[in-house]
Amino acid sequence: MKLSLGPILYYWPRQQVEDFYQQMATAPVDYIYLGEAVCSKRQELRTGDWLALAADLCESGKQVVLSTMALIEARSEISALRKICDNSPCLVEANDMAAVQLLAERNLPFVTGPSINIYNAYSLQILYGQGLQRWVMPVELNAQTLADILKDAAKLGFVDNIETEVFSHGKLPLAYSARCFTARASDLPKDNCQLKCLDYPDGLAMDTQDGSDLFTINGIQTQSSASYNLVAEWQKMQDIGVDIMRISPQADNTLGIVEQFADALTGCSLPSSLPEGQCNGYWYGKPGMELLQFEEIS
Amino acid sequence: MELVCPAGSLPALKVAVDNGADAVYIGFRDDTNARHFSGLNFNDRKAQKALDYARSKGVKIFVAINTYPQPSGWKRWRQAVDNAASLGVDSLIVADMGVLAYASDTHPDLPLHLSVQGSATNAEALSFYYRQFGIRRAVLPRVLSLDQVRYVAETSPVDLEVFGFGSLCIMAEGRCYLSSYVTDESPNTRGACSPAKDVRWAETSNGRESRLNGVLIDRYQEGENAGYPTLCKGRFEVEGNVFNALEEPTSLNTLQLIPQLTEVGIKAIKLEGRQRSPAYVEQVVRVWRQALDSHHQNPNGFAPTQDWNEALDAVSEGSQTTLGAYHRSWQ
Repeated sequence: MKLSLGPILYYWPRQQVEDFYQQMATAPVDYIYLGEAVCSKRQELRTGDWLALAADLCESGKQVVLSTMALIEARSEISALRKICDNSPCLVEANDMAAVQLLAERNLPFVTGPSINIYNAYSLQILYGQGLQRWVMPVELNAQTLADILKDAAKLGFVDNIETEVFSHGKLPLAYSARCFTARASDLPKDNCQLKCLDYPDGLAMDTQDGSDLFTINGIQTQSSASYNLVAEWQKMQDIGVDIMRISPQADNTLGIVEQFADALTGCSLPSSLPEGQCNGYWYGKPGMELLQFEEIS
Repeated sequence: MELVCPAGSLPALKVAVDNGADAVYIGFRDDTNARHFSGLNFNDRKAQKALDYARSKGVKIFVAINTYPQPSGWKRWRQAVDNAASLGVDSLIVADMGVLAYASDTHPDLPLHLSVQGSATNAEALSFYYRQFGIRRAVLPRVLSLDQVRYVAETSPVDLEVFGFGSLCIMAEGRCYLSSYVTDESPNTRGACSPAKDVRWAETSNGRESRLNGVLIDRYQEGENAGYPTLCKGRFEVEGNVFNALEEPTSLNTLQLIPQLTEVGIKAIKLEGRQRSPAYVEQVVRVWRQALDSHHQNPNGFAPTQDWNEALDAVSEGSQTTLGAYHRSWQ
């Protein structure tokens, strides 16, 4: 089992991003995904900066992947996507079918991110035929479905040629909209959002009226409030054919989480329970927000 | 522009046909379609009746098979495609790549439309589906501004259909898991959003409360209109403010955009509402038929009448309507 670091889904100042990747260059992760995946207004790092950062990180010995945007609407977003597909020094992660098309046209191999809808082996097979090397399972799917997909992919004869990655830690990306909810919360229009996302390095909490955590607003993206955590599932994942567990960056203590996962993978330290504020329901075929403790699972 | 109308039952289909639909879209009675609600949709016998009725009036029938099959359900989706093909419907509305591949390989003469659940918002994504599966038309997600629709239309390899009226999804369709996060069903997996089985209402000292699988979606004081607790339309707290943090209960209404949508080359207008009553379908189809005919007869003098807008407001969620993402300021 390998570990990956997903793209930063929030909007951080340039210095924070650079410091973060400097730290991650020596952290126990095998794969690093980077790039803007949520909003094209976030320009602390421009496309060229991400390309340069990717090239630098390749030097560090990590396997680097450039992630692309999940919802592509504007002409300028297509242009930026083209630039990445034409110039990437490394593999590209497609998060919209536009990227799949552009990469397939160029005969370039690619990874599909969690917002590409692959719910069965037939869909996976089509994308494999177009150059898919690795896929990240959509977050709402469960372990049994994943096992079935990989079994079917084995029957179809291509499972050994692809890698499977599972979003395993962090707030879950749940939805994308034309509307910017962070700007809306500040009573600003999206076209004059004043880059409010910079104020919320882990997104903006959205709670129910009786005070329960529910979602996290992150610009045009809506995330879970609870942090998904599948650290305890790594052996089962390995058994069903998962190759990589993804950790999604957060503003504080990403390194601590990476180390905790790395330790768990050596078999020596699994937490005895998951704390409140985390969730793991999706993996067990339950509502995503649920938190099942280990005694309920085994 | 072709008028594509919803029907969740045979009576709804008949009023859609009788009031001027050019095409009616329906789903089968299971989770292969994105309006998988109890008591709704068509079994094989009803679908045949629907087809016969529509054909007798020169109206087309499209079948939505637009959810995402997981391995355990694959045979059901395949069967739905085969059923629609043997009925001889005019097109299938499909989202999943596997289902698209099966349909195009097995029934190459059956026209395919990419469902809004396919979540293609740009010409490059549309090219993928065109190249792979030969889709003839795509329904655009409700996330694009009018300028963006124009740009997609200029560069799209296939005809485009857009939503004109009805319940407003504010998230890119096909990529929203809010419902499965709170319940165990989503549009992609089960053809349901904020499913009724998980809805509970309670009168409390804080007001009338709606909950979805235990999660408080909204709270209403006396005299306030209480709406169905769709997750994205509840009132939540953000930084101490309680408001509709994602969207108000409101419907999309684009009557006034008919000239622009025609001008940019949109080929069809879709009305939402397979889950709604025949009375709703009748009202909405009639207004839209009048509006499209009026525009056709006098493109330069077209303006929606007050009667039309009032008729549509009356059947709208929260009795209010919006231009949604078409209008940049909504975003």
